[in-house]
Parts: sequence; C-alpha cells; structure tokens
Amino acid sequence: MKKLLFFLRDYKKETVLAPLFKMLEASFELMIPLVVQSIVDVGIANDDRGYVAWMCLVMIALGVIGLASSVTAQYFSARAAVGFATRIRHSLFAHMQSLSYAQSDQIGTSTMITRMTSDINQLQNGVNMVLRLFLRSPFIVLGAMVMAFTIDIKAALIFVVVIPLLSIVVFGIMLITIPLYKKVQSGLDRVLGITRGNLTGVRVIRAFHKEEEEVREFNEGNESLTHMQMFVGRISAVMNPFTYVIINGGLVVLLWTGALQVEAGILTQGAVMALVNYMSQILVELIKLANLIITINKAVACGNRVESVLEMVPDMEQGSAEEEAEIESETETGAETRAPYAVEFDHVSLTYPGAGGESLTDIDLRVKKGQTIGIIGGTGCGKSSLVNLIPRFYEATRGVVRVDGIPVEKYSLPGLRRKIGVVPQKAVLFKGTIRDNLKMGREDASEEEIRSALEISQSAEFVDSRPEGLETQISQGGKNLSGGQRQRLTIARALVRQPKILILDDSASALDYATDAALRRAISGMKDAPTVFIVSQRASSLLHADQIVVLDDGKVAGMGTHENLLRECAVYQEIYYSQYPDQRPVQGEVTA
Amino acid sequence: MKEKTMLQKQKGQWETLQKVLRYISRHWFFLVCSIVCAAATVTLTLYIPILTGDAIDCILAPGKVNFAELGGILKIMIFVIAGTAVSQWVMSVCNNRIAYYTVRDIRRDAFSHIQTLPFTYLDGRPYGEIVSCIIADVDQFSDGLILGFTQLFTGVITILGTLVFMFRENVGIALVVVCITPASLLVAAFIAKRTYTMFKMQSETRGEQTGLIDEMIGSQKVVQAFGYEKKALERFDEVNERLAGYSLKAIFFSSLTNPCTRFVNSLVYTGVCISGALSVISGGGISVGTLTCFLSYANQYTKPFNEISGVFTEFQNALACAARIFGLIEEKPQTPEPENAVVLKHAEGSVSLEHVSFSYVPEKKLIQDLNLGVQPGQRVAIVGPTGCGKTTVINLLMRFYDVDAGRICVDGNDIRRLTRRSLRENYGMVLQETWLKAGTVRENITMGKPDATEAEVIAAAKAAHSHSFIKRLPDGYDTVLTEDGGGLSQGQRQLLCITRVMLCLPPMLILDEATSSIDTRTEIRIQKAFSRMMQGRTSFIIAHRLSTIVDADVILVMKDGNIIEQGRHEQLLANNGFYAKLYNSQFADSGTGAESQVQNRR
Repeated sequence: MKKLLFFLRDYKKETVLAPLFKMLEASFELMIPLVVQSIVDVGIANDDRGYVAWMCLVMIALGVIGLASSVTAQYFSARAAVGFATRIRHSLFAHMQSLSYAQSDQIGTSTMITRMTSDINQLQNGVNMVLRLFLRSPFIVLGAMVMAFTIDIKAALIFVVVIPLLSIVVFGIMLITIPLYKKVQSGLDRVLGITRGNLTGVRVIRAFHKEEEEVREFNEGNESLTHMQMFVGRISAVMNPFTYVIINGGLVVLLWTGALQVEAGILTQGAVMALVNYMSQILVELIKLANLIITINKAVACGNRVESVLEMVPDMEQGSAEEEAEIESETETGAETRAPYAVEFDHVSLTYPGAGGESLTDIDLRVKKGQTIGIIGGTGCGKSSLVNLIPRFYEATRGVVRVDGIPVEKYSLPGLRRKIGVVPQKAVLFKGTIRDNLKMGREDASEEEIRSALEISQSAEFVDSRPEGLETQISQGGKNLSGGQRQRLTIARALVRQPKILILDDSASALDYATDAALRRAISGMKDAPTVFIVSQRASSLLHADQIVVLDDGKVAGMGTHENLLRECAVYQEIYYSQYPDQRPVQGEVTA
Repeated sequence: MKEKTMLQKQKGQWETLQKVLRYISRHWFFLVCSIVCAAATVTLTLYIPILTGDAIDCILAPGKVNFAELGGILKIMIFVIAGTAVSQWVMSVCNNRIAYYTVRDIRRDAFSHIQTLPFTYLDGRPYGEIVSCIIADVDQFSDGLILGFTQLFTGVITILGTLVFMFRENVGIALVVVCITPASLLVAAFIAKRTYTMFKMQSETRGEQTGLIDEMIGSQKVVQAFGYEKKALERFDEVNERLAGYSLKAIFFSSLTNPCTRFVNSLVYTGVCISGALSVISGGGISVGTLTCFLSYANQYTKPFNEISGVFTEFQNALACAARIFGLIEEKPQTPEPENAVVLKHAEGSVSLEHVSFSYVPEKKLIQDLNLGVQPGQRVAIVGPTGCGKTTVINLLMRFYDVDAGRICVDGNDIRRLTRRSLRENYGMVLQETWLKAGTVRENITMGKPDATEAEVIAAAKAAHSHSFIKRLPDGYDTVLTEDGGGLSQGQRQLLCITRVMLCLPPMLILDEATSSIDTRTEIRIQKAFSRMMQGRTSFIIAHRLSTIVDADVILVMKDGNIIEQGRHEQLLANNGFYAKLYNSQFADSGTGAESQVQNRR
C-alpha cells in the first residue's frame, strides 16, 4: 500500500490543503459549544438580549466560514483522489503490458481486470474519504478533549478514559475485519471468473446444454460470496452499538461529576452544557471515523492487491537504451555485413517455468538473410516454442539466440521486435477500423504500404468488397469477420511492419489451400523479401522452403530441403506420406 | 423537449426503483425487523436528550443541585442506552442481510438470464461490458443500497420522532426549526439532480474502459509482439482521462451535499439558540435544560437530512448502476420454445434446409434461399472461400441464430418446434475456437456426459489421441486448467474438445475447421477415429483437408452465401467448375513434390 502513495506525488498541494481546510472547518465547529455556553452563562444569566443576538451572529459567521473551507476541501480531495486513481490505472495498465508471457499466464486475465476496475475504484473512494475525514475526525475528537480541559480538569478526565476505550473498540474491529475483506474480494474474483468464462465459452456451453450447470456453479460462488459478506457484516455491525454504549456511559458519568462540581461551585450550568455538547460531538465524529475505517479497510486491501501486481518485476532483462543505439549503429554499418545470418540458434534449449522437462533441446540452426525456413512436426513438438524465442517472448534456458549476429538479450525488446513481424496462431484483432488494426504494425505506414500488405496477404479483395473498405469497423475480438479473414488481416498487419524477419506461426491454418498458396507466392515475390519462418503441419506449405526443420519432441529430427528430407528423414517421410498417401512409394523403393 | 426527456428520465428512475423494491420485498421479514428496530433505536436515541435536559435542570447552581432526582434520571438513562445498543445491532444485521441477499438475487437472475439471451446480443457487445455490469455495477449498487437502507430508515424516523418530541416540548421553537429545514432539502435535491447525470456518464465510461482493458489484457501477446503497448496505453489514457473528468465532477458535486446541508443545519441551530435563549429570558416557560434538549435535537433533526441527501446521491449512483443491470436482466431473451415443443429423442439424422435466408444485419444479405437435403448417416462437407457463410450454416443448424425465412428440419421437424436442448443434444460439435472451461481436464471431457465412468473417459481420450498427453500433465486427468486453458497448446486444446465429443457421441456431428491446429500424423489417427464415429451419423464438416472432402457423400461448395455446386468429389472435379479450381489451386505453388503428386493422380 505504501508504494501506491507515491502516485499522490503530483497532488501534494491538494493532499495537504484538503485536510487543512477540513481542519479549519472543524475548528470553527469546536467553537460552537463555547458560544452556546456564553449565551447561557452571560446572555441568559444577565437577561441580556443584545448579547444573545450578537452571539447568534457570531455563530452564523462561523457557519459561513466553515462552508467555504469545506467546499474548498472537498474540491481538493476529489481532485487528488481522481488524479491518484487515474495515475494508478495508467501505471497498472502500462505495467501489465510489460509483464512477460509467463507472468501474465500466471496472473490470469480476469484477476487483472478486477485489479484495474473495482479495486482501483475502491482505492479512489478510500483516498477521497481519507483526505476528507481522516484528519478531521480525530482532530475534533482530540479537540473536544482539549476544550474540555480548558473548562474543567476533573470532568475532562472522563474524556481521557472514553476516547482510548473507543479507539480500542474501533481499531480492534478494524484489525479483525481487514483479512476478512480480503476473502470477500477473492470470492468476488471467483464470481467474475465464472461470468467471464460463461461468456467466452457460450457456444460450447449451449451446444452441450450446460446452462443449468453453469448457473449452479455461479450460484455456488455467489452464495459463498454472500456468506462471507454476511460474516464480515456481522462483525462490523458490533461497532456502532459498542461505541454508542461507551460514549453515552461517559455522558452519564459526566452529568454526575458535573453535578458534584456545580454543587462545589467550581462549574456553572452553562459549562456543564458545553461539556455535554463536546461529548456528543465526539460521538458523531467517531461514527464517521468508524465508517471511514471500513472504507479504508477495503481500500487498503484493494491497494495491496494492486500493489502486488505492480511489484511483479517483468522477468525479462533487456539491453539498455544506450546499448540499443550502439547495437543499431553497429548493425547498420559493420555487423550487417559481418553477420551473414539473420537468425542463429546456438545450441539452444528451453524449459518453461514449472515444467518438468525441456520443451526444446539443443537446437542448432543458422538462417541466412532472405531464406525461407519451414518448421514442421507433431502437435506439442516445440514448433511454436522455437519461433517464440526469436522475438524473445520466452527466454532460452541454455544457449544463445542471435538476430543479425547479436544475442537477443542485448537488444531492447522494442528494438528487437521492431525487426520482426509475427503472425500468431490465434488470429486476434482489436476493436477499431481495419486501418487501425493494420497500422498497429507500424504507425507511420503509408497508404501504398498498407495497400501492398493487403494484396500480399490476400485480403485486398474482401476488404474492398466492404462498403467502408479500410474504415470498416471490427468489433471486439474481430467477431464480425470470419476466421480466415481475421487470419489474413493478421498477416497483413505483420507485413505492414516491413519486417526483416517474418514469422508465420501456423497462421495459414484457417485459410483454404488456394489462398494459402497465393499468399506464399506473394510473399516470396516481395521486394526485399524478409527472412521467413513458416510453422506448419501441412507439408504443402513448406515444400518450397530453402530449409525445412523437422522437430520431434523438442529435438531436431532432420534439416534440409524437401527432397533431402524425403530421402533421409524418417519423421519427415511419415508426416509427408500421411498427407499424400498416394505418393507413398512401394516398400523397398526408398532404400533402393 | 428538454423537459420531456427529463420527465422520461425521472420516470425511468422511478421504474428502476420499483424493480429494486420488488427485489428487496422478498426479504420482507428482515425488512419488518429492520423497520421495527430502527423505530426503537430512534425513539430511544431521542429520549436521551430529554433525559439530559432534565438532568441539567437538576444542576442549577451551588446548593441548588437535586441529587436524588438526578440519580433517578441517570438510572433510566443507563437502561435506555442498553436498549438502544441492542436494537441498533439487530437493525444493522437485518440491513446487511437485506442488502447482501438482494445483491445475490440480482446477480443470480442476471446470470441465469444471460443463459437465455440470443447470440445477437452476446456477439454484439464486448464481454467486458456484461461482466462489468454483473460485477462492478452490482457492487456499486450494493454499496449504495446498504448505505441507503440504514440511513434512509433511521433518517426518516428520526425526523418524524424529533418533530413529535419537539412539538410536545415547545411549539414556538419547533416551528422555527420546521421553517428553516426545507432549505436543506432544496439544496440536497438541487445537487442530486446535477450529480445523477455525472454518475451515469461515469458509469458508462467505466464500462467502455473495462471493455478496452478486457481486449488489451486478454490479447496481451499480440499487443507485445507488435510493440503496440504504447498505442494501447494511449487509447487507454484517452478513456482514462475522460473517466477522470466525469469522476471528478461526479465526486465533487456529490460531495457538496454535506457541507451545504451542514451549513443549513448551523442556521437551524442558530435559530433554535436565539429563539430558545430569548424565550428563557422572557420567562416563556422554558428552562436551560429544555434549551439543551432542543439544541441537541436541532443537531439530530438536521443530521438525517444530511445523511438522507448523502444517501440520495449514493442512491442516484446505485440507481444508475441498477438501471444498467435491469437493462441486462430485461433484455429480450431468445425466442421461447413453443409450449408443445417436441423433444427430439435420438434423431435418425435427416436434415433439410428449405429456402433458408439469413443475415446478421438486415442491410447485408448473407444466405439467401438455401436448399439442402441430407439423408441419415450422410457425410456433408462444406467448402468454399473464407467468409462465404460456412460458419453461419453451423450457427443455423445448432440454432444459435434463427433463420429469417424458410425452415430447417431435423427428422422432418422444424427445429423451431423442438426444444433447444434436445436439438443440441443430438449434435456433437467441435468448433474452430477451442474453448475450455476453468476446471479439471476430466470435467472438460465429461461435459456432455457427466456420469461417464473412468474407463469411458480413458477410452474416449485414447480414441481421440489425447490420452498420452493428458497422462503427462502434472495431475493427469485431474490437472486444473485455467480459464484460458493456459499451458496447453492450441492442438492439445483441440484434442480435448474432440475427446469431449468422442465421449458422448450424439447422432449428428458438426466439425468446424476442427483439425486445423493438429499435425497431420495425429490428424490421420483422429480422422480414422472420426470415420468410425461418423458411421451411421449425419455429419457436417467444414475443413480444408482433402481427406475429409474426398470421402464425403455430399460436398457443398459455397460462395457468397449460396451453394453454387453440390455433389461428390469426382463429379465436381469432372464438372471442372469452381470446386475443381479450388481443389487444383492448392498444388499450384507447391513445388516438385506436389506436381509429381498431381501427376500421380492423373
């Protein structure tokens, strides 16, 4: 929680002024009982009507000043709270984006959304309330005690007993409920997870007519959330009655003591009245404080959770900015010629965090600039893992991956990824126009560049067939496009970057053969054709590759051209003939 | 014009409130308890100032202190205090119950209503928006409700109680109080009106922001791959700034309520002071004790106005959220099943589409006058360029969407006359999007057949070739999958989806690009399992694999929403039409291997 307070730094003025103005208001409020006392002891005792009227004017003046300072305080605290929340939201969003793949897998999308939304809302509310009340309420409580001392020491001692007692009750309950509110929040997270899952999987759920079970599961989560809320609520409900008993008990003792003091001639009737008034001011403020503490409880719990996400250190170290400049200049001039290879894998192995075994073992591969590399192999053999190492989505556990002759970890991540166009397996587009989505590849892409990316990716036709063309709105997740259209747009998006390295991670799977073939032809016909990695399960997509890497269970089972592999690599033969059974040679022909 | 919309808005608010009340009234017992306790709490609380005033009148001056009477009064006070504490406690327990249970009920209703909403609604908006409605809005609403409940009751009763006590003590001063307080109400109402719009804007912008977060965080990998972080952040900041603007206004205006009403209170207090003090001086039958009592009443009397107006803004906020929630709950559900809906037991599997027309948006025609007859056990392959309406056919067959014209029949029954459940039960579906439920692998597999035995599950997994990788997962079949199915590759997820269908084996199958992420070796095995599974089962296959297409009984070639060719593989090739072009094109660029393959075929 503490680190979050850092986000208030731009609102120092507001953070200081808001409570100050609140305290100003409070001090005027503290004077009221004294004014009333003098009305009773001076005005009424002397039958002085003028004096009474004068004192009442003083009271109105105090009210006006109080109003002005209070409005000022509210403004400052609202500004600080909203600004604070806005900044945290900004940083959290930026931070979440900087987390590595492995880390965001670990947190989970729905948790991240709760952190961003309801948690930060609670925080905002908390800060607002704290600025308004956290100083004011204790100030009035202590102020009332101090005022009581100025009236009569013996009576004031009652305040000295009552206030700590109240504090024990209030803070005790607070200590008990904080961990419980945490539980409530995680219960809410669960309900959110179920809701989200239900919406994303709605087709499957309805196809398997699982609606009722979903409802049952939701109700379970919902019930247990309600139970937890009730439990915490029951504990919090004790607070008000307890404080009420303590304060009014104090009042009873005060009246008795006051009577003794008046009898002894030490106090006047008006003074007793003032003391009673101060006591009741304490009660009002303490109730506010108690409610405030509940809000703070919630806010602190939310704050800690937000902070724990913010504290996750992106677990990828990258080259510093200066180094990147060095590297860039180096690559522009010398290294470019010195390193003939666009991508090198130097005895690379990869183990995913928490996984039992290696996903890639001792990959050794050199790829010349402009070559097309095919990667083929069974499901889960490590094809995607291999290409994921090039843009450094995951970190090689052993060995070195080099791009343009320089180890990937020497680059800054943006610097590295700028060279690479990735077309992921899952075709994801964002809400916005088609143009927006394509420009995601490169902000300053020209009209012709976009055009040519559309042509190459075979999407020009369907984009043009839409009345709005490039300005067609894509809904969230690209739901208004077919799978194949989405996939072609994701390819176009990668091409717009004019990447030096293009990675097609099984990206043609939703395309029909005709489109797939046309796509490959177009890519190889590009000017400054990039180095291309094609991950595929279709041998036909890879036939023309300069080099085909056959992966089997994370190891290289063969490497070479289609013809070589077909002659020499057993795994490749198996894959190829499974797709072209009628080409399978008669037994013995291969060996011959 | 403007007034009219204002009126409508108020009417809308009133309707929302009525709906809320309907939910609350389910807990009438606790409502009654709460009201009774609130009344008791307030009455007892109001009695304390009278006792205090009496006590002060016993303490006049040295030598004029009536200890005997004072002792009696103080004893009564102790009992009153104890009573107040107890009823206060019971009241807040009841209020919690009402608030939390109401929220629970609303969430439950909203969630089960989602299950009946048509796909037009669900596909038409970001999930995040709906999630934010059920989670964040309901929470906001609940906060407003708890606060509203506790304070509204005690507030109203305090006001009434104080009035009664004050008029009994002294009519003149009571009138002074009654005359000044309406100012407090006016101020509060004025502010509340202003804040409602702000809160609504805030809530809408918040929904928009949640949608964006959902999109960006959900597809973080793409965002990172394209270095889109900065742009995403820019887009986020734009919404965030807008939200900040609305929030600031909403919070500031609503927070004006307290200081303003407090100021009015101080006017009331002063009014009591001056009129009270003057009437004491003029000997109007008032003692200093009564004045004390009045002063503390003046405080207590105006505090509820303070709180009620605070509640008012809070309530406005809660109502704005409630309006959105009820908007969801009352969204028109999918066409209900007719009363005499037929339960399709175990379909023979004949499917016919007769003059079917359909489009997602009226302006853009998609499928027009589609006709197709499928005999039981036939294998139908649907091919065509991407975006030609293949997936839409599936949407119609499963009745995810209803046809605009024409009809679809299964075993001669119009599917709109069947129960949705029984229709879908007769289909086994493997979709392009491999969705897995958060839960164990086993739970995912047994989705279509919850009572499957261990042996059946393993047999199905073996048949779908998922057994071997499942075994290697940390906890085997009991491995818990996260909602994103994290840790499994796309292909593995697809295998699980296939296993799911393999286990329950309905009479008809729908495979939508089902094999696109599985390597061909595995696929060959699955294909074999599928062909076994497809024996005697009507199947619809959307795939790009030759093997499926070649073996199909009917191949439908679709283009732009219409079936342009129909027949068996050989026939279609012989026709040398669109299909032949499509089929041959795949080899056009595949180099030597494919060329030789084409030659082989000839």
